[in-house]
Amino acid sequence: MPDTAIALEDVTLTLMGNTGPVEILHGISLDVARGETIGLIGPSGSGKSSLLMVMGGLETATSGRVSVLGQDVTRLDEDRLARLRRDHMGVVFQSFNLIPTMTALENVATPLELAGHRDAFDRAAAELESVGLGARSGHYPAQLSGGEQQRVALARASAPRPDILLADEPTGNLDGPNGAAIMDLLFGLRDRHGATLVLVTHSNTLAERCDRVVRLRDGRVDDARMRAAE
Amino acid sequence: MSLATAARFAGRELRGGLRGFRIFIACLALGVAAIAGVGSVRSAIQEGLSEQGAVMLGGDAQARFTYRFASEDERAFLDSLATKVSEVTDFRSMATVVRDGRTERGLTQVKSVDDAYPLLGTMLLDPPMPLDEALAGDAHPGAVMAKVLADRLALAPGDTFRLGSATFTLSATIVTEPDDAGDGFGLGPRTLVRTGDLAGSGLLEPGSLFETEYRLLLPPDADLDALETEAEARFEGQGIRWRDARNGAPGIARFVERLGNFLVLVGLSGLAVGGIGVSSAVRAYLARKTPVIATLKTLGADRATIFQTYFLQIGALSLLGIALGLILGAAVPMALSPVISAALPVPVVFSLYPLPLVEAAVYGLLTALIFTLWPLARTEDVRAASLFREALDSGRALPATRFVVITLGLLALLVGVAAVFSGNAMIALWMAGGILGSLVILALAAIGVRALARRAMPASRGRPALRWALGAIGGPRETAVSVVLSLGLGLSVLSAIGQIDGNLRTAISRDLPDVAPSYFFVDIQPDQIDGYLDRLASDPAVSRVDTAPMLRGVVTRINGQRAQDVAGDHWVVRGDRGITYAAQPDSRTRVTTGRWWPRDYDGPPQVSFAAEEAEEIGLKLGDTITVNILGRDITATVTSFREVDFSTAGIGFVMTLDPAALQGAPHTFISTVYAAPEAEARILRDLADAYPNITAIRVKDAIDRISVLLEGIAGAIRWGAAATLLTGFLVLIGAAAAGEGARTYEAAVLKTLGASRARILQSFALRSALLGAAAGGVALVAGSLGGWAVCTFLMDTTYAPIWSSALGIVAGGVVATLLAGFAFAWRPLAAKPARVLRARE
Repeated sequence: MPDTAIALEDVTLTLMGNTGPVEILHGISLDVARGETIGLIGPSGSGKSSLLMVMGGLETATSGRVSVLGQDVTRLDEDRLARLRRDHMGVVFQSFNLIPTMTALENVATPLELAGHRDAFDRAAAELESVGLGARSGHYPAQLSGGEQQRVALARASAPRPDILLADEPTGNLDGPNGAAIMDLLFGLRDRHGATLVLVTHSNTLAERCDRVVRLRDGRVDDARMRAAE
Repeated sequence: MSLATAARFAGRELRGGLRGFRIFIACLALGVAAIAGVGSVRSAIQEGLSEQGAVMLGGDAQARFTYRFASEDERAFLDSLATKVSEVTDFRSMATVVRDGRTERGLTQVKSVDDAYPLLGTMLLDPPMPLDEALAGDAHPGAVMAKVLADRLALAPGDTFRLGSATFTLSATIVTEPDDAGDGFGLGPRTLVRTGDLAGSGLLEPGSLFETEYRLLLPPDADLDALETEAEARFEGQGIRWRDARNGAPGIARFVERLGNFLVLVGLSGLAVGGIGVSSAVRAYLARKTPVIATLKTLGADRATIFQTYFLQIGALSLLGIALGLILGAAVPMALSPVISAALPVPVVFSLYPLPLVEAAVYGLLTALIFTLWPLARTEDVRAASLFREALDSGRALPATRFVVITLGLLALLVGVAAVFSGNAMIALWMAGGILGSLVILALAAIGVRALARRAMPASRGRPALRWALGAIGGPRETAVSVVLSLGLGLSVLSAIGQIDGNLRTAISRDLPDVAPSYFFVDIQPDQIDGYLDRLASDPAVSRVDTAPMLRGVVTRINGQRAQDVAGDHWVVRGDRGITYAAQPDSRTRVTTGRWWPRDYDGPPQVSFAAEEAEEIGLKLGDTITVNILGRDITATVTSFREVDFSTAGIGFVMTLDPAALQGAPHTFISTVYAAPEAEARILRDLADAYPNITAIRVKDAIDRISVLLEGIAGAIRWGAAATLLTGFLVLIGAAAAGEGARTYEAAVLKTLGASRARILQSFALRSALLGAAAGGVALVAGSLGGWAVCTFLMDTTYAPIWSSALGIVAGGVVATLLAGFAFAWRPLAAKPARVLRARE
């Protein structure tokens, strides 16, 4: 296994907007080591979420090379990208993105089912238990609070024991105490399972909990610092 | 990825209930129900005709002779086959009543029978009495007749009337005639007498136009197939037609089958409209599901799993809609069976018929697949990134190639299935072409309407209600397309039917009387023709008299092969046909190809054939036609084709032979008289008094009867089209319901900005009316085009727009959209702006 979890090499991302092409990322090069935690910060529109999505194969880089666990994701088709995420990645969103027609348990079991695990529901139940929602497993997203929904989303992301956890402002829709609890859970899960974590956040404080902080501005890396080096 | 995983996901998704799918299910159910219902009624009639086949035929089998009785040999053969034989003759005549020095006349279809009649079924009379007693009479032989004719002639039981030169006493009127439906379309109401009592009437003379049927009761173990083969071999070349109880009323059976099949095709247009609703519902559903699809993709679901998940959901809902449609289509005809039975002149056996249900289910399944596959295919285009970035699209106008190919394949399969089920590939193809063409026109029109709305926006400045309406129509939402397509297609079908029906009626009821003769006179004996013509020549009210010798014969062979093997079911070879002879073509005859025989031609028989019918059958010059006349085969070579215009209701024969070919064959003359309307009654009186045996058919009466028949057919088709329109209305309601949320938000914003509810409602009404008018306008164009094509190419009549129907269609479009729009306007108008806007944040 390579030591590098994610490697970006001169990555650009251009999207079509209403008034023409919009350049979102400009020549970004970045390596994320296995097991490393990295905080992506920067003002709104700086390209943090876009960079995260490029790392997750959710967005395809316009040019450059994106390597995830040694695989060049820019060469993978959509289905192979889906399989890569299924087998190696967990993604947590600001807006939870739980499937409203599924219970908390079913939401958590979904990636395990997609991976063909026969014990998907047992593992999902254990994962829900680990985020403190064992008693709410039969509830639908609409019956859960924002904090609870994000905990379900965290459980769903970590249930398959991914090598990489990508989190896009996971506390953005939560109040202070709930946000703090979620971050504790997120880092706790990461510590327990040793996954690589890429965290997009507006909060410098949260970013400081990561091994490394990368600041973006106008789609470029403005600053990259190791926490230990400060 | 396993289908089982997709099925589990689909099951979870469906737990949300049927919200958003009620219109989807209703559209499919209604379309399938209409087709299943029409098919079930068609099967019920066919079963009735089959069960009652022997009764309608008047026996287990029947041999029909054209204007002759069976010879002794032939009768002996028929007697040898049957346990009992009944001889029945059928012909047209005039029933006349002399009252107070005035003579009343009525055209009648006479059936003369023997003592054995009826072999099956019972004749019910009013006053009730046995038929034998009714026909025995007193001073004069007895007769029974249809009540409508007795009323027209003011006859009561006990009164006398004449048929030809014979006098009869009316004993009773007919309540039920068991074999009536098997006799097909007759121009006059029925009179029934004993054949023996017609002796000396002058009606069954050589050359007179009558048919004789020998009805047979067969032994219980009779093999109908073997008997048919034996009879056809025995009567080979004698022009005798054999029928048995398996097809007791072929004319009605054919009519029911064709009308039923056509109505099923009309039902298909309803299903196509429903398909638009189905497609809209699926698109709206999948739009709502975009975050779920994107989430599943983020979690590792591949495209196949996503597609299967939603395909299974939509498939399950489609099956539910189809099942509901089948239940409705089977149950409604049964529930309405008393009404339907009473309205139809033929026996009907209501039951659960699987075949029409299978037909409807196949149509429903194919339609659901065709209209859902395309939007379902777009699930592949949903990208996981759409979870954090809206308005991301693949930019592709079409789904993946394989889906386009599968959809086109399914479309071809649907048209093929329709061609097989309808039994008429040409009509199915025309119908499919019409529906597809209309959809294309409507889709283009919808795009045009949106573009026009956007273009008109600047001009509407200062009129906010109109500007909001135009903005809504020209905006990015798909309401305009959905409304114009669904309502437009329903209205197009109705518009086309209105235009065709109107033009046909105009041609028959208004234009035809201007060019048609006043009377047809038939059965004029050769020794009467000179006197007949003399009387008319001296009458200044008569503008034109055409006469022609007339015989009837059956086309048995074409180029030595069985006529049916060459010409199929073409009407020329179906029954017996009128045939004439002429030494030279008259001044109105135009020979299109070939040459007419010399005036004194005396060689092998030659025939001049109607050009259009010849082309339909595939005849060419030099082909031979064998016609059986009075049991004698005459084989003639086709030496010319000529134009025959049947549309003016004048004399027109498909076949004209050279005179030598028919030398010695007994025949009568047929004549048409063109006279001033005020002189018609006097001419009829003069001729009927002088020649009691001849039959006058008033063309206006015949036109009236045909108009009534057409009205019935048009009515049935309108009901079929109404189902299409109802489906269109359902789609409209679906579109209105789907847009309710957006209108609520829009109303909330407008209220915040100071718009009154009246003004907002005005804007809603305007957009509904504009869209309805657009749908109606396009339907008018599409329907008129369809009407013009059918009138011009299929019916050979001139086309003129029927404005009453056309304006009704546009008005209908406006009213329908207004109703649907208003139905979903109240909630947006009543909603509190603050609550709506807060919920949106």
